[in-house]
Amino acid sequence: MPAFPKAAHEAVRNETLRANLRHATHTIRDKRARAVAELDDWAALREAGKRIKDRTLRQLDTHLLQLEEAVTAAGGTVHWAADAAEANRIVTGLVRATGESEVVKVKSMATQEIGLNEHLEAEGIAAYETDLAELIVQLGEDRPSHILVPAIHRNRGEIRDIFRSEMGKWGRPAPDDLTDSPAELAEAARLHLREKFLRAKVGISGANFMVAETGTLVVVESEGNGRMCLTLPETLISVVGIEKVVPTWRDLEVFLQTLPRSSTAERMNPYTSMWTGTTDGDGPGTFHLVLLDNGRTDALADEVGRQALRCIRCSACLNVCPVYERAGGHAYGSVYPGPIGAILTPQLRGTASEVDASLPYASSLCGACYEVCPVAIDIPEVLVHLREKVADQGGKGHRLEKAAVRAAGWVLDHPGVLAAGERIASKTRRLHPKKLPGPGAGAWTESRDLPEMPAEPFRDWWRKNRT
Amino acid sequence: MTDSRARILSRIRTAVADAPEAVPVARDYRTSHTPDDPARVLDLLHENLADYRAHVHRSTPDGLAGLVARLLAERGARSVVVPPGLPGEWLAATEAVRRFDEPRLTPYELDGTDAVVTGCAVAIAETGTIVLDGGTGQGRRALTLVPDLHLCVVRAPEQVVASVPLALPRLDPARPLTWISGPSATSDIELDRVEGVHGPRTLEVILLTGGAATPTPGGRAPSAG
Repeated sequence: MPAFPKAAHEAVRNETLRANLRHATHTIRDKRARAVAELDDWAALREAGKRIKDRTLRQLDTHLLQLEEAVTAAGGTVHWAADAAEANRIVTGLVRATGESEVVKVKSMATQEIGLNEHLEAEGIAAYETDLAELIVQLGEDRPSHILVPAIHRNRGEIRDIFRSEMGKWGRPAPDDLTDSPAELAEAARLHLREKFLRAKVGISGANFMVAETGTLVVVESEGNGRMCLTLPETLISVVGIEKVVPTWRDLEVFLQTLPRSSTAERMNPYTSMWTGTTDGDGPGTFHLVLLDNGRTDALADEVGRQALRCIRCSACLNVCPVYERAGGHAYGSVYPGPIGAILTPQLRGTASEVDASLPYASSLCGACYEVCPVAIDIPEVLVHLREKVADQGGKGHRLEKAAVRAAGWVLDHPGVLAAGERIASKTRRLHPKKLPGPGAGAWTESRDLPEMPAEPFRDWWRKNRT
Repeated sequence: MTDSRARILSRIRTAVADAPEAVPVARDYRTSHTPDDPARVLDLLHENLADYRAHVHRSTPDGLAGLVARLLAERGARSVVVPPGLPGEWLAATEAVRRFDEPRLTPYELDGTDAVVTGCAVAIAETGTIVLDGGTGQGRRALTLVPDLHLCVVRAPEQVVASVPLALPRLDPARPLTWISGPSATSDIELDRVEGVHGPRTLEVILLTGGAATPTPGGRAPSAG
């Protein structure tokens, strides 16, 4: 996978993608602002959410042990997975033990992070994604580009084409006369997936929250596919990052107010499911909880970076980010795109690879992400902190950037030089290259467009027109 | 497995060993955003349910059976799932075939049923949410999920609260809980909202007032049905 600058460079030239993204992010952004404005205590809720998460992280061991005890007492089984490989191994073993070779899945960032679907496929187990957008992504052999609306980069015509050509290979085919109306497309997905829901014996989910004191897991969703996966199968396996725990039942009063409004801009999402272990006569008789570390304890050890673990995956930061809006989610080369991905991914995976080292730079540091974050993660602060870390490991671009800034400083201090330079630049503007020459400067303009030179310098224009 | 447990716990302890003590959580946000007036809270519930495309009706106990029958008929529901403990009089006037969940209906049988009628545990006005806890008259979770029409009766004012913070203490986390805010919906295709992807496409809510004498299904009744 290419590093962010190269991937973004390609993405910004895709006009369909940019139009889809712009429409989507601006729509959600405006709706979110209205939904948040309905609560005049938003600042207090945000502060409370931040503090609950910080306190939880400080005592994470205690809360996880309490959670384990509560889930076990309620009839569930808890497993601990140090990394992706171990989590995949555990889940595969659990599915195998049921004797089944297919599972239905409710969209989960954690299982995407560990590449569970690919792993199951290699083990001969078919994993069906059941969220409409995830289905579009899976059928299109594509990657998700947004945390909340993974197929945000696809328009209705593309979706119809994917449904027509791919659905039949996985089960019930799309109707022959399928049009591109969203209602018809949703209906095709409903029929295609219902036959899978009704026969499914194993469901796999993530969770939005886990309550330590009660052992309750919480999944918020819109379509009902979550309820299907959590309710109809005989066995339920939930893979959840260890940072998703909250200490008390009461803590949900904060997050159930801030999460829906921040993410889908709704007062409340259509469906929220809460379950505690197993219940006789209702839902799966067997419940497994796989607690996933996979780099989270590394992030926890970083005193500036650990605040990223407060994230409740609302995706508000994606929708306000000018960089995300233009580059799209794929450019980040990470399961978690956008501003939160730019700080979370390099912490979970480390910054050894080129992709991960480039992520802290995938931002203009405008701060809009911090403003909307419902748990007040100071994303710009963490970005700068991670940039320092990357720079310390010895990147090459940074010395050149410093030299360029020093040179510019000298020119700006000498008005005569500047004026002469400007005039020459204007006169020769047709000859200017699109990219700056030289190794460092070339790298700079690979990911940035050089501004067009005006026909004449501003000073000359002013002298002619205003004096 | 046990190794990883010990390893993760030890990594956590090392990671936060030098971290400063966390600040206490201030609960200075509001308990409710709505004036404490049952009539206004009920109006707000009505408004917010309707805003998310639930169909909202009001009734008194006398008119309930007739209204339930009319709504089922209008939607063409010829069969209806009856959760254990649902008051018999609610379905006294409907011609729809009743299907009881004893023994448990299979997913396919549920899929072949047009509607389900339930009570609820709590309804939340500020968010337009009804909460089911599997108590009397609500049934297990699949009952309100698979049939395409869900008709839910909310007893006002007893079952109505203004806000999320007021709802949580009334719910028992040991029970499976389903929070429902409008019908199933998706906005995954160009952010156009479409109702009814996998859950019921139609949600009819009846706000039942003026009948404190009638026994109330739902809530934290110990009989789980």
